Amino acid sequence: MGALNHKFNENILITSLDKLLNWSRSGSEWYFQFGLACCAIEMMSAAAARHDLERFGAMPRSSPRQADVMIVAGTVTLKMATRVKRLYEQMAEPKYVISMGSCANSGGPYWQHGYHVLKGVDQIVPVDIYIPGCPPRPEALIEGLLHLQKKMREEHILAKKED
Amino acid sequence: MTEQEIYADLSAKFSDKIVELIEAETFNPTVVVAPAAITEVCHYLKDTETLNFNSLMNLAGHDTDGESDLSVIYHLHSTELDHYITLKAFTNRENSEVSSVANIYGTADWHEREAWDLYGIKFTGHPDLKRILLEEDWEGHPLKKDYVAAEFYRGMRIEKVK
Repeated sequence: MGALNHKFNENILITSLDKLLNWSRSGSEWYFQFGLACCAIEMMSAAAARHDLERFGAMPRSSPRQADVMIVAGTVTLKMATRVKRLYEQMAEPKYVISMGSCANSGGPYWQHGYHVLKGVDQIVPVDIYIPGCPPRPEALIEGLLHLQKKMREEHILAKKED
Repeated sequence: MTEQEIYADLSAKFSDKIVELIEAETFNPTVVVAPAAITEVCHYLKDTETLNFNSLMNLAGHDTDGESDLSVIYHLHSTELDHYITLKAFTNRENSEVSSVANIYGTADWHEREAWDLYGIKFTGHPDLKRILLEEDWEGHPLKKDYVAAEFYRGMRIEKVK
């Protein structure tokens, strides 16, 4: 904003609308509150007092309509996979998916004999961030959310796409 | 009563419907019952005052090796008289039929649905025998040892790693 610098009083900040939107979106990663297995326990722990996800503006929402981020925390069985896909489709754009833990990443311990487990949630929904671990500690989940913030800040939602 | 006494009582009452008593160090003495007679045997075990088996602790399907007969195992307990008995019914792999005890022990309702879901054992007389864990459109009964997983389920690939 070179030309506009120092033209206004100090209480007026100049930025691009893209940056403003990205800043506000990345500061309010409201995640969809549902868990599929033991990873969900770590997610709850991350949300609770000791790790306190709300420091980063991330808070659980009980409805897909209000959520920006879907944290797939746990084993995605084939039976659940159809539901996960439907819930993802019910979320409003822009939306993001975090695949938390080995099961959601690749099937985890069910890789070999899990006739009932989807081998990676990325087969049915697009995943933005993969968090390894079985289950990942809350710190790992927080790092994943921070990486997602970084990704959000680099996006251009309003700018024209170059061909 | 001991298992041996209960076995003697049952074989006196039901003669050929009670096959044998299996005794081994590793599990409880088990009375083998003809699959079609399970309902009346359980009625008798529950309603006879000296036996008074008022609790079905567990009901489980079982497949030994993928070739021999399937079986259903019943663990009964009398909370009043504090004695136990284990029943077992063998059934054919292809046309498995065991009579249901869901109308005697409420516990058996979901357990029999589970055995149907995972082993494909049909329980005749069950009020609502449908899958309990897997989806209705699932093919096969996965805990059978000769089960081969499908390649796809509703368009989702089930990867096979050898």
